Amino acid sequence: MTQRTRNWLLLAPAGTWFLVMLIIPLTVVLIFSFGERAPAGGVVPAFTLEQYANLPARWAAFKNTMTLAPIGTLSALVIAYPLAYFLAVKVDPKWRTILLVLVIVPFWTSILIRSYAWIFLLGGRGIPALLGWFGIEGVRLINTPFAVLVGIIYGYLPLMVFPIYVSLDKLDKKLLEASSDLGAKPWRTFLQITLPLSIPGIATGCMLVFILLMGEYLIPAMLGGGKVFFVGNALVDLFLQSRNWAYGSAVAVTLVVVMLVTVTIYMRLINRLGANRDDVSIM
Amino acid sequence: MEIRGYIGDASPVNNMVIAELRGVSKRFGDVLAASDLNLSIAEGEFLSFLGPSGCGKTTALRILAGFEVPTEGEVLLDGEVVNDLDAHHRPVNMVFQQYALFPHMTVAQNIGYGLRQRRPRLPKAQIAEKVSKALDVVQLSGFDDRKVWEMSGGQQQRVALARAIINEPKLLLLDEPMAALDRKLRKEMQIELQNLQRQLGITFVLVTHDQEEALSMSDRICVMKDGRIVQIGSPQELYDQPNSRYVAGFVGTSNFFDGKVTEQSGALISVLLSNGLSMQGKPVGKVETDQEVCISVRPEQINLSRNTDGLSVIVQNRIFLGEHTEYLVRHETLGEFLVLSPRQSEPDNGPFKAGDTLFASWEASAALVLDNT
Repeated sequence: MTQRTRNWLLLAPAGTWFLVMLIIPLTVVLIFSFGERAPAGGVVPAFTLEQYANLPARWAAFKNTMTLAPIGTLSALVIAYPLAYFLAVKVDPKWRTILLVLVIVPFWTSILIRSYAWIFLLGGRGIPALLGWFGIEGVRLINTPFAVLVGIIYGYLPLMVFPIYVSLDKLDKKLLEASSDLGAKPWRTFLQITLPLSIPGIATGCMLVFILLMGEYLIPAMLGGGKVFFVGNALVDLFLQSRNWAYGSAVAVTLVVVMLVTVTIYMRLINRLGANRDDVSIM
Repeated sequence: MEIRGYIGDASPVNNMVIAELRGVSKRFGDVLAASDLNLSIAEGEFLSFLGPSGCGKTTALRILAGFEVPTEGEVLLDGEVVNDLDAHHRPVNMVFQQYALFPHMTVAQNIGYGLRQRRPRLPKAQIAEKVSKALDVVQLSGFDDRKVWEMSGGQQQRVALARAIINEPKLLLLDEPMAALDRKLRKEMQIELQNLQRQLGITFVLVTHDQEEALSMSDRICVMKDGRIVQIGSPQELYDQPNSRYVAGFVGTSNFFDGKVTEQSGALISVLLSNGLSMQGKPVGKVETDQEVCISVRPEQINLSRNTDGLSVIVQNRIFLGEHTEYLVRHETLGEFLVLSPRQSEPDNGPFKAGDTLFASWEASAALVLDNT
């Protein structure tokens, strides 16, 4: 067996998987998106741009996704970075493993169950009741964009912490000493050495969280209570409730395109930022 | 370990003191990494800390740099106690063992880093000018925009050097700077470092485990063991008058014969060796009758000849070293020891061969009586 055949054989399982589970469905969705709604649900094949012309009707879902996904990503970054820094640089190595495990532990529970917990916490008998106890009345948290944001940050934090942790852990601590030795105050050492050298981790973390958030559906459904909904929720509605597959397909295709465009721009930016480092290319 | 008496000049001769350690100790948990270090460093001198790994030499350097705060004692820079002065406030710069160059910056950005931290800010043009001058000094002109990871080990070291000296530090600390270089490059860098030091007049403090490096570059060497300073002196002093077996063995090679002091008469001392022989030698420090000592004789101090004069030995092995020949010889009671003969002294009837019976002798003053530690 030649090296070449062996390579193809090794790639075959993953290749087949991608073809069957990704390329084919995406192609079907693309074809559907140019079709028309059948009277009993489903699609009548056609070639019309009618579904795309109808997109503005779902503008709210796109607007929510395109605002909450970036805000959620950035918030997760701001919260995760100090934690990752603490774990990688400051903490006594003998506690490190335990603390890292603690960061993952929530992942062992279903996101559904954890979101229920947040429904209670943010609901009328949770935090608002506590605030009322201190005399702050009438605060409503559940079913607001804030509630969705809280759920998002909570759910995706570990995905942000780990890549940043890895890049900070790799960072040669002698570089920090060298910077200090050359007269940089701790804050400037952070800005000039630590932060730029952890960009690969930041880039990977943001990418992971952002892509997954764009397709998020469970958290807005549970904590947004139908008032704050993402494109994901619109898709569920169109495919499962109204059975308008053609329109749903057009929305799905648009989401994929928006995602591809955003990610491409993002990667360009990151690679330019890290242009003088060969290991700052992401994914 | 208790070192008796003579440690050497902790203070340099008639030169302005720029840095000082006064009774400095450093404890990490249960480990005493540095113990009661007393040392003055003169402006413009090249001082080395020499010792095996774990002897405390790196700790001493890190205390000077401000990376470690001494548990006891005082660190002085320019006459002021700087124990609590953070590394980034100290006018001291370091060349790190693996150079610790910033991988996301170009060569020029690395070198200018220290100047860019100055407040009030220096004008950009001035920084650029100094950087190009520093590149010149380390012979890397034109390498400004190179990535540091594209450079060879030797070049990286020059960048590290330039990055430190550009700040005109009061002390330049070098932590085993040659460890990562191959032998030939090391030799070149040693000479270059010495030239640089003279040219710039900056005080250099070097840490090394390589005696050759310390001997060839330093004005003074500070030999360390187990966190303590064993002896301080010029390379020649350490070589000619080591205060202990440890120093004699670490600085150069030597033959050691253990014994006990039996009699002191004038400048010389009689020692009864453990194998029963009696030998005379010159004491370096103070010794007392009955003290356990050792006699140290440098291989090049021993004379070999075919005449019946001295100890009868048999040549075991011969190694030709160019200008010298090294013989391993064996004496019936003394055992094996090394002799280094200069080339011109080789006898007319051919060089000595393994198996030859010869006679070894040395001046009594070349046999040093040392503290047996």
